[in-house]
Amino acid sequence: MTSVPSQPHVPSDADELDNVDAYADARAHAAADGARLGRGSEVERAADALTLPPRTPRATSAESRQGADLPTDGGDGALIHARALTKRFGDFTAVDGIDFDVAPGEAFGFLGPNGAGKTSTMRMIGCVSPKTEGTLRVLGMDPDHDGARIRAKLGVVPQTDNLDTELSVRENLLIYARYFEVPRADAARRATELLEFVQLTDRAESQVEPLSGGMKRRLTIARELIADPTLVLLDEPTTGLDPQARHLLWERLYQLKRQGSTLVLTTHYMDEAEQLCDRLVVMDNAHIVAEGSPRRLIEEHVSREVLELRFDEGVDGNAAVATVDFGSLVERTEQRPDRVLLYTADGEAAVERLHSAGVRPESSLIRRATLEDVFLRLTGRTLVD
Amino acid sequence: MAVASRPIDGRPAGGPGESAGGPRLLGPGLRVLQRHLWVYRRTWRGSIFSSFLNPVLFMIAMGFGVGSLIGPGSGGAAGAVIPAGLTYLAFIAPGLMAGAAMQTATFESSFPISARILWRRNYEAMLATPLRAWDVLVGEFGWIGFRLLTTTSAFLIVMTLFGVPRGPTALLAIPAAMLTGFAFSPFLIFVASRITGDPGSVFSTIFRFVIMPFYLFSGIFFPIERLPQALQLLAWATPLYNGVALTRDLTLALAEPLTSMAHVGVLLLYAGIGLALARRGLTARLVT
Repeated sequence: MTSVPSQPHVPSDADELDNVDAYADARAHAAADGARLGRGSEVERAADALTLPPRTPRATSAESRQGADLPTDGGDGALIHARALTKRFGDFTAVDGIDFDVAPGEAFGFLGPNGAGKTSTMRMIGCVSPKTEGTLRVLGMDPDHDGARIRAKLGVVPQTDNLDTELSVRENLLIYARYFEVPRADAARRATELLEFVQLTDRAESQVEPLSGGMKRRLTIARELIADPTLVLLDEPTTGLDPQARHLLWERLYQLKRQGSTLVLTTHYMDEAEQLCDRLVVMDNAHIVAEGSPRRLIEEHVSREVLELRFDEGVDGNAAVATVDFGSLVERTEQRPDRVLLYTADGEAAVERLHSAGVRPESSLIRRATLEDVFLRLTGRTLVD
Repeated sequence: MAVASRPIDGRPAGGPGESAGGPRLLGPGLRVLQRHLWVYRRTWRGSIFSSFLNPVLFMIAMGFGVGSLIGPGSGGAAGAVIPAGLTYLAFIAPGLMAGAAMQTATFESSFPISARILWRRNYEAMLATPLRAWDVLVGEFGWIGFRLLTTTSAFLIVMTLFGVPRGPTALLAIPAAMLTGFAFSPFLIFVASRITGDPGSVFSTIFRFVIMPFYLFSGIFFPIERLPQALQLLAWATPLYNGVALTRDLTLALAEPLTSMAHVGVLLLYAGIGLALARRGLTARLVT
């Protein structure tokens, strides 16, 4: 389990990044990142890649003009402000009265199993699905009336790739720039920079179809950055990718985040949520069941460590554990089909108690508590079945 | 990479939200048209070739082949097949042009639209940008208009090579045939917007039981006066009959203002109803 250590703030404004020192500084951090992550050649190459290209002059000026009225109303400068937000499809309630705010520069996550209402929420934020009830403001505007204006400032990475398979890799970026009305010269320059950023420069003239799943995802992310969005929405960005492709994608998203982009993502992977999210809400069954930073959620809802015990077949692990007097050492035990989980502040001490009581599990593992445990605690179910 | 297209304008994103009004009525939709033209850059050769080949083959087979059995119209006499003074080739060629426009428009409005909704997911990608469902529709009609323009222009060129046109109004046969296509296109797009299952069976049913009968009984191959009275009335109400008659009258310098305006009115009525349906259907499909 690798957690992302906190980073010194990296300047993110266009002016600052234009400054050579700041740019070099950002690169140095990227290199340090890669060295620390050290997950194989592809990631090491990632450390070498450029950081996110600085914002285009067009985008900067457009932002200062349009952005003046950006987060004016609806929740203390929040980029997204939702109260009692509800989405129904006929009799089915996909999202049931949820409240949340997303602040500028934040990486905000919706964690929950499939069918929890994450995608419906993202589609409402993305202004392609009108809300049924409640309040929703995105970038200070009302999606019901200003959908096109809001979408002009969003980058949306959908759950299923919808790249244009009849165009080349580079054309995918250029045509998207046209949809956003990015001037041609800016679009061409930015496409080149973004292909570098997502490490697809050598595939620029290729067709989309032969690309691997990870490459397609990276191209989708580059596409969403072409118009320099204020807010990037990612719906299950790494679902279906192999571990190496996931790590490379996380690394790129982490770069984005460090450079000040506001990210909103959904995931049913607790490690993804822990790696990328400053703050998240746990969704289950159309509701938000908890909210906070990954660390706070773990502190609030579960113990620091988890002792996982597996027993030989035929041994009633639960009964065996129940005979041990842990005192206040074990806060809670959780029975799973294949193992018993002991939530404790001190895993070593709990193992010692077990052993001195003569309980001999087939294997025991002490690990840090994760968001998976939080979800289990809150809903009685696991995230990925 | 060289981008062959020119920027249409440099306006930044913005303007009214979901309503399609004012200066944003057509502008954003041109981006969708541009996308189709980028794809067309790769495929235009084959498409241009078949645009010419199709009318040439039809005119040789039907005009000369079948026409040699029929002979020129003698007019008036009972049993006359075609109007006086016309060769069979001259009679059917403009009708074939209107029929080709219908076929081009219905094809482009069927499977490709379904594919962009269901499999290629182009529209989903477009609607994540400032583009609206209306803009997608504008772009598609722009593209279909482009396809109709190339198809009907090729047809008119071939007809000219065969000596069919009888006056300068023949140039108006191009917009007349294009309008014929647009009287069909939005209905097919509406159907495409409603399909959740297999579009193949839906469209092949429509082509077999709607488009093909239209093609055969709308006065392309023989005057509808040869049909029983009831079927004649039915034919008058169809968009293809009006398109065929209008295209033929313009090509052969037979057009009378009032009749022509009536044909145009019928075609516009169909196009307008279809457009309203297509807009509702596509919006309901894409914005849920």
